[in-house]
Amino acid sequence: MSSQYYVPPTSKWPIIAVAVLGLTAVGAGSLMSYGSGLPFLLAGVVGIALVMYGWFRDVVNESMGGLYDAQMDRSFRQGMGWFIFSEVMFFAAFFGALFYIRVFALPWLDGQGAKGITALLWPDFTASWPLMNTPDPSIGGPNAVINPWTLPLINTLLLVSSSVTLTIAHHALKEDNRPKLTRWLIVTLVLGFVFLVIQGIEYVEAWTQLGLTLQAGIYGSTFFLLTGFHGVHVTIGAIVLLVMLLRVRRGHFSANQHFAFEAGAWYWHFVDVVWIGLFLFVYVF
Amino acid sequence: MASESTHAVLQPNVGTAEHGHHPAQMPTGIMRWVLTTNHKEIGSLYLLFSLLMLFVGGSMALVIRAELFQPGLQYVQPEFFNQMTTMHGLIMVFGAIMPAFVGLANWMIPMQIGAPDMALPRLNNFSFWLLPVAFGILLSTLLMEGGGPNFGWTFYAPLSTTYAPPSTSFFIMSIHLAGISSILGAINIIATILNLRTPGMRLMDMSLFVWTWLITAFLLIAVMPVLAGVVTMMLLDINFGTSFFDAAGGGDPVLFQHLFWFFGHPEVYIMILPAFGIVSLIVPTFARKRLFGYASMVYATASIALLSFVVWAHHMFTVGLPLTAELFFMYSTMLIAVPTGVKVFNWIATLFRGSISFEVPMLFALGFIVMFTIGGLSGVMLAIVPADFQYHDTYFVVAHFHYVLVPGALFAILAGAYYWMPKWTGHYADETLGRWHFWLSVIGVNLTFFPMHFSGLAGMPRRIPDYALQFADFNMISSIGGFLFGFSQLIFVWVLVKAIRGGEKAPAKAWEGAEGLEWTVPCPAPIHTFETPPKFVPEVDSPSRH
Repeated sequence: MSSQYYVPPTSKWPIIAVAVLGLTAVGAGSLMSYGSGLPFLLAGVVGIALVMYGWFRDVVNESMGGLYDAQMDRSFRQGMGWFIFSEVMFFAAFFGALFYIRVFALPWLDGQGAKGITALLWPDFTASWPLMNTPDPSIGGPNAVINPWTLPLINTLLLVSSSVTLTIAHHALKEDNRPKLTRWLIVTLVLGFVFLVIQGIEYVEAWTQLGLTLQAGIYGSTFFLLTGFHGVHVTIGAIVLLVMLLRVRRGHFSANQHFAFEAGAWYWHFVDVVWIGLFLFVYVF
Repeated sequence: MASESTHAVLQPNVGTAEHGHHPAQMPTGIMRWVLTTNHKEIGSLYLLFSLLMLFVGGSMALVIRAELFQPGLQYVQPEFFNQMTTMHGLIMVFGAIMPAFVGLANWMIPMQIGAPDMALPRLNNFSFWLLPVAFGILLSTLLMEGGGPNFGWTFYAPLSTTYAPPSTSFFIMSIHLAGISSILGAINIIATILNLRTPGMRLMDMSLFVWTWLITAFLLIAVMPVLAGVVTMMLLDINFGTSFFDAAGGGDPVLFQHLFWFFGHPEVYIMILPAFGIVSLIVPTFARKRLFGYASMVYATASIALLSFVVWAHHMFTVGLPLTAELFFMYSTMLIAVPTGVKVFNWIATLFRGSISFEVPMLFALGFIVMFTIGGLSGVMLAIVPADFQYHDTYFVVAHFHYVLVPGALFAILAGAYYWMPKWTGHYADETLGRWHFWLSVIGVNLTFFPMHFSGLAGMPRRIPDYALQFADFNMISSIGGFLFGFSQLIFVWVLVKAIRGGEKAPAKAWEGAEGLEWTVPCPAPIHTFETPPKFVPEVDSPSRH
């Protein structure tokens, strides 16, 4: 442990971040509650992007300036690790909801199990998964659901491969083999990008042709909740990796000091694991 | 040590150049507080913010108590009454109690582990300043068309979805901001504790306050995202036509309750574990004995935290759970009484044959032990499923959780404030005023909440602005007690202002029996402490030494 601690100087970024997040929250809230506020929301979102650029740029510059010691590095590692744990719990809530609906709520509405008395509400309802016919027909279920063995399978292969290619890139970084690192990082990004495009195609197909929408009962709700938030996380992870690529091109990182890259890789593997859960429990079973 | 500059932590505009790492960058005036990354300044901001929220939430409680002083509708309409009960709960939980503990953590954890600051100081600034924005948004909903949240602080669907006022999306946004603040604050606390301890300090050498906060921070990171998830699902149900909490589309309103209480029960312990930590420091100090059973305190805290993940449905016994679930959650809930009993036993064993003196922090700590235990015992009553069918949603429940939160969590915060005020301001709190504060609070809190046990057992439902005549006497006593308690808290503000401005000067070790690294630095603590790691010898300094 060092004999002198590094204490970073004050920064204007946190308070600007608070301001733009507040602007986003007010914009989103008033847009949804009262139908106006889009300019605030857009300004807030653009502001968040700018703040992240500025704040991370400062941190990168401090890091490149050699200001961070081993202790700071450990703080960053623990910060990122616990942040990913919080993300795991965020998705756990959604998976928990999915399992609760499938294992308890729907069978009970159908008259099965300990609380089958709930069937009194809609006596004609029959439980199934995917739920094609909702208890109250006025809500209506989807006409069809996505076949897991077409686009979702391709997406699974893409995302699993991207974890492998990212690990190859990481090993190349540890060997200080820059061309190999750049090559495999680009491959990873391309795989992630194609994943997102395919997910977009799947969404359009679901929405326009299958009647699988957010409004299509609980199946549509859980489908878009889980895959949607996962897609947002893939997008964030891809942006992080893109920044890593730009930093690699500028000659940042060394064979034994590259925590930002590792943090991005941890995040990428995390979204990959979530996808495997999604593929199994949203698409296949 | 120039003491006038060391006041700086509580008084802006005082130069700190001789202590600063970077005097040229130190902004002045309001910007100093806006940009600060110093753990003591951010701790002060958290504490002052929570004090403000205590009075905002407290005023709402007094609106409730004024309305309930007599049966019939006196002062407010039922719609507004509902907004008051909802906002009172939300503000006290998320705006007063939680930020107060985070403020104490900011101030004391780095000083107790010999660290110069929090591990991630800028994130710390970010975490704090999100709170005024979050609560500004939340409070502004009261002025919006259709009014503010009116569905209770537990915001059960479909009250909070299908039947909610239009401002609910703002409420959801404010919960998101407060949640981000909590998660990032908790990450910072864990990184600080695990990474910045002075050389030689092992985990089992940490003060109980640091230990309880480590475990609390873990709980926060585990459950605040679940809260974020459930309000997001609400948002989608309200604005995008999903069916998560709507049985007509195949969803389930009970799912909301499961998700909410999976967050909500650990949340209860988030609000009490740091209180255990504070009391575990104060009792040994004023009993002039080492804490009895240090290791068992740590394990008991961890056990309570782990059990908190498997007890959530005891809030839902009457909602229609399968019998197996009722039995499981009844027994798992009762198990929590075991580690909690270990703690109460250890505090009493620490007092046993101690040389006890009754300074104000000790009074609040002893008040905590007695009255928190009352709240704990009524909790065991509520854990019994068949009995809970009678108690559910009555004033008995209100009495129970106010006993654990007011003479529990709040008294522990006040005990901590009196205990560390010399460290923060350089001056002891006024002993006479402190005693008045304590005794009026004790009388007020018991007058307010003890009669609620009886009105609840007799069947008075909570969250209703009017009631049957037979509850009139109990409610009148509660209301008198509520106003007494509420106005007594102004004494604390007086004490605090007095201590900041002057008073009896405190030495570095402000209390004769106090132990810990925070008592090795001067009172008031200079703006930067432990720029180099302090010496720590476990055999001499550890609270767990033999």
